[in-house]
Amino acid sequence: MASHADSHAHGDHGHHDHHHGDHANHGTFGSYMTGFVLSVILTAIPFWLVMGNVIADKQVTAVLVMGLGLVQIIVHMIFFLHMDTKSEGGWNMLALLFTVVLVLITLSGSLWVMHNLNTYMMPMQMTPEAAKQLP
Amino acid sequence: MSANTSHNAQPSGELTFYLREEHHPEQSTMLGFWIYLMSDCLIFAILFATYAVLGHSFAGGPDAKELFDLKLVAINTAMLLFSSITYGFAMLEMEKGNKGLMLSWMVVTFFFGACFLGIELYEFHHLIGEGAGPWRSAFLSSFFTLVGTHGLHVTCGLVWMAVLMVQMNKLGITAANKRRMMTLSMFWHFLDVIWIGVFSFVYLMGVL
Repeated sequence: MASHADSHAHGDHGHHDHHHGDHANHGTFGSYMTGFVLSVILTAIPFWLVMGNVIADKQVTAVLVMGLGLVQIIVHMIFFLHMDTKSEGGWNMLALLFTVVLVLITLSGSLWVMHNLNTYMMPMQMTPEAAKQLP
Repeated sequence: MSANTSHNAQPSGELTFYLREEHHPEQSTMLGFWIYLMSDCLIFAILFATYAVLGHSFAGGPDAKELFDLKLVAINTAMLLFSSITYGFAMLEMEKGNKGLMLSWMVVTFFFGACFLGIELYEFHHLIGEGAGPWRSAFLSSFFTLVGTHGLHVTCGLVWMAVLMVQMNKLGITAANKRRMMTLSMFWHFLDVIWIGVFSFVYLMGVL
């Protein structure tokens, strides 16, 4: 930590608290280990669920796998990427939230539109003769 | 230079503005890199969306259940997870100023990352050998694109890590090297986050 303070002494005049806050959340041995243990558990459970065929209902397993994946992503964000609402004066979190919104729109929009196309526009029962009659 | 200006234009608020600008670049690297990662996140979102749409278009070819070997994926996931924690240890040693231990942890991280890449290449080789290359079906095209893009990122991360190890060894833990180490940390952990999506959505859901 001491060398850290030195390296910033030239530029920093000490009146920007968020810079120090930014350097404080590099994580400790404890926080890295917490993240690691949680990740191992959150990885092991979905693999066990799928490889061991634990739950007969596949829908339930699918929801669990995706849910645990989401939890693990959040665990990684907090313990490995050191995300919090204060880093970079909140801009990190803002950029993340913006991206999450875009990702959600992209994923749900693609699935929705393509599902509609598959459902309504696939000429499954069409014979070649009928296809020729199409305008 | 700005010190001179400060005496000439003491009462103006302009001076403070320039001084603030001066020490910003070093800090804004992290934010800038984070925004790059977010844009990368969008690339992966699009590839995930493509896979979600095309993932069941097997074109009469092999499906996910026949192709994916979950044991291999589990080993691969473990490799990436280990590399994440060992990189964290390298970061902690850097904070303490232990160059030797930091470099050792970086070598270990590099090893796990290389193992991950090796296993992934083996899997790709195996799939292509079975005739299930990216040309076989839309499902396989989107699979290879998504997983391959992630693998390409890991490859870039490994090159970056190798270069950084040389720099650290030569120049020591300088401010610039610290910054590089911190951005690589974000990059590396970000790739692990993407991999969570890959193994959950592509492999586990595919075999389910």
